[in-house]
Amino acid sequence: MPQHNRTWRGWRTRPPYTAGMGRAVLPFGYRRIMSWVLVLAGMVAGGIAYADQASVPDTLKQRIAACTACHGLHGEGSPGSGFFPRLAGKPAGYLALQIQNFQRGRRHYAPMEYTVRQLSPAYIHQIAEYFAAQQVPYERAPVPDIAPSLLQRGQQLVSLGDPALKVPPCQACHGKALTGTEPSVPGLVGLPYDYISSQLGSWRTGTRASAAPDCMAIIANRLAPTDISAVAAWLASHEVPADTHPQPAGSITPPLRCGVLDAAGGGS
Amino acid sequence: MKRLLWIPLVLAVLALALWWWLAHRSNAAPGMAEDPAIAAMLKDPTVIAKGRYLATAGDCVSCHTAQGGARYAGGRLLPTPFGNVPSSNLTPDPQTGLGQWRLEDFWRALHSGVGRHGELLYPVFSYTSFTKVTREDAIAIFAYLKSLPPVRQQATPLGLRFPYNVRATLAAWRALYFKEGVYQADPAQSASWNRGAYLVQGLGHCIECHAPRGTWGGVEPRAPLSGGRIPEVDWYAPDLSMQAHGGLQGWSKQDIVDLLKTGQASKGSALGPMADVVVGSTQHLRDEDLQAIADYLQSLPARPKPLTTKPSFDSKPLIERGQGIYAQRCASCHGKDGAGIAGVYPPLDGNATVLEPTGMNATRAVLLGGFAPLTQGNPRPYSMPPYAQQLSDADVAAVVTYVRQAWSNRAAAVEERDVVTYRHTPVD
Repeated sequence: MPQHNRTWRGWRTRPPYTAGMGRAVLPFGYRRIMSWVLVLAGMVAGGIAYADQASVPDTLKQRIAACTACHGLHGEGSPGSGFFPRLAGKPAGYLALQIQNFQRGRRHYAPMEYTVRQLSPAYIHQIAEYFAAQQVPYERAPVPDIAPSLLQRGQQLVSLGDPALKVPPCQACHGKALTGTEPSVPGLVGLPYDYISSQLGSWRTGTRASAAPDCMAIIANRLAPTDISAVAAWLASHEVPADTHPQPAGSITPPLRCGVLDAAGGGS
Repeated sequence: MKRLLWIPLVLAVLALALWWWLAHRSNAAPGMAEDPAIAAMLKDPTVIAKGRYLATAGDCVSCHTAQGGARYAGGRLLPTPFGNVPSSNLTPDPQTGLGQWRLEDFWRALHSGVGRHGELLYPVFSYTSFTKVTREDAIAIFAYLKSLPPVRQQATPLGLRFPYNVRATLAAWRALYFKEGVYQADPAQSASWNRGAYLVQGLGHCIECHAPRGTWGGVEPRAPLSGGRIPEVDWYAPDLSMQAHGGLQGWSKQDIVDLLKTGQASKGSALGPMADVVVGSTQHLRDEDLQAIADYLQSLPARPKPLTTKPSFDSKPLIERGQGIYAQRCASCHGKDGAGIAGVYPPLDGNATVLEPTGMNATRAVLLGGFAPLTQGNPRPYSMPPYAQQLSDADVAAVVTYVRQAWSNRAAAVEERDVVTYRHTPVD
């Protein structure tokens, strides 16, 4: 009974559309018109009641309101604040791995850990596919005023790396166009300055980690703090290419051994 | 003055405990071989399968597994008001787990709360409930644990403060709160009721959360399963009585079974730690056991009418503000009438979790949002957006107060300062 409360209550309080018909002596035409009006009214009312009960679409989008509330309906993130990262168009393998890292305590952010704590691998995969398939234009977040020399340093790290620090170029794994590599290396273009710098910082403090050997933790620890600002600023101000699709799987030779790439088979 | 009378009593109990502890310590004889009949049982696949089911009913894995760690290998830090206690390794690793344990050691731990070397165990390990487990069931659980792949994982050091880190103090605690003894069936009740009582009071250790706790962290035995604040985690485990003024008043037996099986019922959904219990434990229980639990819960006594305390402030403006927020943010899913949508979004009208005395559950649900429990019956659950980022403390207090007093709900207002506290509760 309680399951149907909602519908029943609606129907009961509404008088049946035939109520009163035929009692009053009215001209035939009026009665016929009135009956049609009442029938239509009944259908509309019924329709509303029906819509009310069935207003929950059986879609993944509806099911994952907990995700889209912060990351956006299409995974566009919060470009204004840069706090909630964009998920749209990132490789599905990467997104699924991040959810699992939150579950396993490799990545730490309490609201994310709480939200994804009991999701199954199958459901995680579906959610990751949903966001990976979204195509929404990139919105640019503001980049802090940074000295040209620092921006130049950022560009150098991205395209050439720094052999003295044993830091490989970002492009080596994240793709020539920095749009990521299937299935598990995320793109770096279009990400806000705050997000990139805080993630690199998290790798240094251990609040973000990945499967061992954790190559990004190694790289982040080899960078100087100013290098982090430099690389984040350059990436955040870099023009987003027309084609933002990740590079195909197997198209990179990782310069370091990475647990993520071993597990996901992203490297060659 | 009256309070001071406790001191000599506690000292006497302490002395008694020390003597008892020393006496029992010498009893331990580790390394002795298992009795051949027992040894055969421990290898029996039927016994192991039964043990697996019982270990699931007890949800052992949830405390005895660290986040991201190997199952049953321990290492999860369990927070208590006296400090953190790490859970132990239950896999049969000889150095760090139960590898060298014999059945007798296991029985003493489960039944008497005494460790392998005679040390008193901290009651974070709920032997206060597990003492009711029969020896036959204990053998099965032990057989199952012995069948697990051994995992080497060193114990994390105790995080208890003085004087709680002195194990002998536990003797006093035990004198106050621990009654050893296997569950005794009530011949006046049905077999199903007795099975339900056995599961709820024993392995299910429901009372460890669903009851108020005294100053020293012991469960108050006066009103069993009458609900309580779970220490350290800021979730309120509701009153489980289905009679008048109970938390589950109006629930049918089927509602109980549904909630334990799928995480959702027509009267509400499992939330917070209970969601974990449903996912890890109760969804795997056989229907007749769930029915038995419902039979038993249905017999819990009616509760005295709760005192309705007037708020110390005029809550009318708060409620009006909350009504506006509800219409804007909540009504599209939970309905203007708070009836929810059957099988998808829980009702808020008459919902035990909304109406619990503190308001912390509703407040944290608004702040955290999250998915309904993911179970075999609900593999792709719907979810609620977290409002922590979107609503101020005052807004959350307003909407929660509105929900707690709308429709047929009559629960106390929630104040802004409460929301501030719950916003900063660590999410475990």
